Amino acid sequence: MSGVRVLVGTRKGAFILSSDGKREKWDVSGPHFAGWEIYHMKGSSADPNRIYASQTSGWFGQIIQRSDDGGKTWIQPGTPPGETTTTPEGMPKGESNKFVYDTSEKTGKPLTTHQWYDGTQHPWEFKRVWHLEPSLSDPNTVYAGIEDAAIFRSIDGGQTWHELSGLRGHGTGPRWQPGAGGMCLHTIVLDPSNANRMYIAISAAGAFRTDDGGKTWKPINKGLHSQYIPDPNAEVGHCVHHVAMNPKRPGVLFMQKHWDVMRSDDAGDSWHEVSGDLPTDFGFAIDVNTNEPDVVYVVPIKSDSEHYPLEGKLRVYRSRTGGNEWEALTKGLPQQNCYVNVLRDAMAVDSLDKCGVYFGTTGGQVYASADSGDTWAPIVRDLPAVLSVEVQTLR
Amino acid sequence: MIRVVLPVHLRTLAHAGAEVQLDVQGEVTQRSVLDALEASYPMLRGTIRDHVTQKRRPFLRFFACEEDLSHLPPETPLPDAVVSGKEPLLIIGAIAGG
Repeated sequence: MSGVRVLVGTRKGAFILSSDGKREKWDVSGPHFAGWEIYHMKGSSADPNRIYASQTSGWFGQIIQRSDDGGKTWIQPGTPPGETTTTPEGMPKGESNKFVYDTSEKTGKPLTTHQWYDGTQHPWEFKRVWHLEPSLSDPNTVYAGIEDAAIFRSIDGGQTWHELSGLRGHGTGPRWQPGAGGMCLHTIVLDPSNANRMYIAISAAGAFRTDDGGKTWKPINKGLHSQYIPDPNAEVGHCVHHVAMNPKRPGVLFMQKHWDVMRSDDAGDSWHEVSGDLPTDFGFAIDVNTNEPDVVYVVPIKSDSEHYPLEGKLRVYRSRTGGNEWEALTKGLPQQNCYVNVLRDAMAVDSLDKCGVYFGTTGGQVYASADSGDTWAPIVRDLPAVLSVEVQTLR
Repeated sequence: MIRVVLPVHLRTLAHAGAEVQLDVQGEVTQRSVLDALEASYPMLRGTIRDHVTQKRRPFLRFFACEEDLSHLPPETPLPDAVVSGKEPLLIIGAIAGG
């Protein structure tokens, strides 16, 4: 019997929404980590019982949580309650919430500053983990995208974290700058056909790709055009909001930029705009139907200064043609007086037939469609503001 | 025993009640109390003071005996009433809200 588990991170805790393959009746568990911001949760495709969560707080810093039983119980890897922090030999047992930038000479050219809002240089400062991306093959390997932008990796189930410093060592760091949400590495996409290839995106620097497992990176922003930066066609500096891929067609990427919906057919080497007939091409979330690689979903938002849907109508737009031609999906979604936002990591798709599509809003609703977006219904209506939505397909 | 009162979010993280009691070896200072706290509750490492610099996180404050101890050097001895267990060391979120 198949089923789905929707992992929802909110401003005040985590919630897990479970259903069978029909996706009509839902069990809701939570809040987990009540009162804490949960920026992101994601399950391992290699072991669905393994889930990682980023728990964060302006007061108390960053916590990494891990579940080995599908979200029923949680531990901080390496530091179970009541245990000492060191081995009998005095070595640290686990440092699951310790993210320290790599500044060693040995690992290349670590950068010390990036561009601040006022154009001056500002030191890199760790703030939080925005995104956790488990390896496709090893449940104990997981990547973390952090603010200030960098990528870290754990190969011991989240106990210890080490920066893949080649990204900051790329040399363009002094031209990276924070977006309104901070200078965050918010997107990590793994290529299922090539274990050495992955993509990341940073607000506001752009997209980058590695082809050697994270040692070296190249910016992949050719074709992006951003009128709000000094050189609209710059190599870096673009505010990329999210990147999505269908795992069956890994060379094709879709991007929701600050403004513009973009597509690449060559693994990011070049991009072209596919906003087409969208009523506005500003937005945050974007995803691709699991079964049909040319079916793409976005949630258009009015503008960069008005973060809510046009005309108070919450509409998901679907393209069946890989972009350019879009249709509004409205059945079951509020079509008046709706002024919520849908954040960049708050949309997900399952891999059932028909594809399920899920998204959460800053108003606390989580909507689901079990028919590829034709119709929608809320799973829950009154959660805290939703920061992230991921889904696990259970078989 | 040294008594330490934790803010709510750290109680849930540590699976502890409002007040924890600690056996502190040697001189009783902010540093030695926090060392003992983190040894008993390792999940609190990094939440009160920075992993690397060991500096107090900016939105947290330390109080005892109605005095703000936040800006004293970490090796300063804590008041006698804390050492004797009569009064707790309070760890407090510096601003409300959120």
